[in-house]
Amino acid sequence: MLGVLTGFIGELRQTGVPVSMVEAIDAMTAVEAIDVGDRTALRETLRATLIKNARHERAFDTAFDVYFSLAPSLPGEGEGNAIEGAPPSGEAGGGAGFEMDDLVSRILQALSHLDTDELRRAASEAVDNLAGMEPGRPVGGTYYLYRTLRRLDLSALERALVEILMGDAELTPFEQRLVEEDVAERLSRLRADIEEEIRRRLVADRGREAVARTLRRPLVEDIDLMHATTSDLAEMEAAIGPLTRKLAARLARRRKKRAGRLDFRRTMRRSLATGGVPADPQFRHPRPHRPEVWLLCDVSGSMATFSRFTLQFTHAMATHFSRLRTFAFIDTIDEVTDFFGPGVDFASAVSRIATEAEVVWLDGHSDYGNALETFHRRYGAQLTPRTTVIITGDARNNYRPPRDGVLADVAKASRALLWLNPEPHLYWDTGDSAMSAYARHCTSVHEVRTLRQLEDFVEGLALPRGLNR
Amino acid sequence: MDLGSPAAVASALRDVGYLPDQRISQVVFLAARLEKPVLVEGPAGVGKTELAKAVAAATDRRLIRLQCYEGLDEAKALYEWNYKKQLLRIQADAGSDWDSISQDIFSEEFLLTRPLLEAIRSPEPVVLLIDEVDRVEVETEALLLEILSDFQVSIPELGTIEATSHPFVFLTSNNTRELSEALKRRCLFLHIDYPAPDREKEILQARVPGLSEHLAEQVARVARSIRSLDLKKAPSVSETIDWARTLLTLSVEEVDEEVLADTLHVLLKYQGDIEKAAKELTSSPVE
Repeated sequence: MLGVLTGFIGELRQTGVPVSMVEAIDAMTAVEAIDVGDRTALRETLRATLIKNARHERAFDTAFDVYFSLAPSLPGEGEGNAIEGAPPSGEAGGGAGFEMDDLVSRILQALSHLDTDELRRAASEAVDNLAGMEPGRPVGGTYYLYRTLRRLDLSALERALVEILMGDAELTPFEQRLVEEDVAERLSRLRADIEEEIRRRLVADRGREAVARTLRRPLVEDIDLMHATTSDLAEMEAAIGPLTRKLAARLARRRKKRAGRLDFRRTMRRSLATGGVPADPQFRHPRPHRPEVWLLCDVSGSMATFSRFTLQFTHAMATHFSRLRTFAFIDTIDEVTDFFGPGVDFASAVSRIATEAEVVWLDGHSDYGNALETFHRRYGAQLTPRTTVIITGDARNNYRPPRDGVLADVAKASRALLWLNPEPHLYWDTGDSAMSAYARHCTSVHEVRTLRQLEDFVEGLALPRGLNR
Repeated sequence: MDLGSPAAVASALRDVGYLPDQRISQVVFLAARLEKPVLVEGPAGVGKTELAKAVAAATDRRLIRLQCYEGLDEAKALYEWNYKKQLLRIQADAGSDWDSISQDIFSEEFLLTRPLLEAIRSPEPVVLLIDEVDRVEVETEALLLEILSDFQVSIPELGTIEATSHPFVFLTSNNTRELSEALKRRCLFLHIDYPAPDREKEILQARVPGLSEHLAEQVARVARSIRSLDLKKAPSVSETIDWARTLLTLSVEEVDEEVLADTLHVLLKYQGDIEKAAKELTSSPVE
């Protein structure tokens, strides 16, 4: 057990999940207190001791499946099963006595009655017969999963299940929606079971370390925004909510210590402790700062993934800041604040930016100079010493004049000017990037390529007070 | 009360009206066995605070609660010297020498205990709930570390006060900021999410007497459906309970589009959310 556990913790660390020595020891102590034969108990015990951030749970689950999958997952099921299933007969489907229809009807039965044990058994059988696993291949199993699901014909399963659950009653769209969600959830269980089953076999075939290595994916916070896939983005979007809450809290945090006026009454009261000598002056709480944030987003083609992400971020922020204004630019700039009002759907906001906002002036290639100048001309007068201006973009100007002088004026008129650049620091100022010309005028410039960096930016957001007054 | 196995924990919690899932009962069991604090995290209204209350009720312990807020300091969380009383003591005894007085005024008699110290000093075991720990500043978090790892408090004038009995400690967080590694390291971590429809149905039946099984199931499924939308504030468990009560009061037997549109404001508290949910779930938008 100790060996497996050490390997498991090592794997978590490899993935990027921070597991300290103390936590590792805790996990070992905790495992001694439980029945290790109970997989759920083991899973939850290790989760509680090793994982301290909900975002790391996916990485944990993957690693857990790999490292503890050889333990029988069903009562009464021998350990031999997994090994035996490993060398399947080349192209599958030919297993003697295997009846496709029979399996499908069993799966349907299990799904409609939510019989988890039976579902797992059926999933195991499906993998045996449909995945066509070949021993020794260094794969993560995604291909096997899709092959199994395709042969099971997921959409036919879905239709059949909807039919079973609905009966033949006439349903309103509302009821239909509920049933469909139900079906989707049940099918996702089937999918998870099959995936687990495949991993079990992979591990039996190639050993834990090898499989874990293939399955290893960066944590959500380490995915490069510029190269994120759609599923990565979906995951990041889920993580954005808490982040904007944090940013809101951070920006609104009032400065402690003596900033307000002397509070005479409290000072006198306190002076009782020192025999009437006002040794410990008390101050009124300063008025809480009401942050006003203006966000300028580059939405040009080269920034497609990133701008989607920043817009998502903006969208989430809009629910926290009453005084948030958003601007989008490519070679000229337009205000898009209204597209992101509270309760507005994100997708529709994005499509409105594409169709309604005037962000293209000449040719649709980034022109920071013109965008910033237009911004300053149209909106510059509305900047106040309370406004924090955040610009997100790669500063790639297509060799056009940067016209950075205008940024100095913006910085002077606002509380702080922050720039978030999604490119690695190394690439700044290469080619057509005019980063340093702009950086001169910014309060600070940050490389934000991953969610983690965005988080660090938010955490470290100590805004200078009245720096540019 | 027996917390000897996860199953025993689950049934004890059930007896006091809290329906734990497997994860929750496992973590509570571990906390009891390893005598470690539990950090509970999750969206608002999934029963984080409720869990601590339920454990207190199930184990028959007193619940001591420290509500965290920005600006919380030692004097409010740990202890404070009762200086008025100290002052009186000095004045009442004007003639005596300084040494004896200074010895005297820094004794337990002049100590005002605040929740953390109270939990440590309590002769019978207690449940200590540190609510919304993410609201205090990072610096204040450090105050908690000594208590969480060693169950003791150091007071310069008195020395170290150790716990006479191990308190059951729960910390809750809404995740508005990242808690420090040092704090997390000392705790077991429990993430509670919105319950699955099956469990929510059970919760509803336990909390709303007279609710039919059919209606409970419908309510739970609608709640899941609404939570899957992208809303400003998803309905919490307590809000679905309120909704179920409303439906019961209105003697509704079947949730349909009309009922939903009429009572959506019990579940959702923002007009934007209500409009969105109405648009998504029913064919007719609300007025």
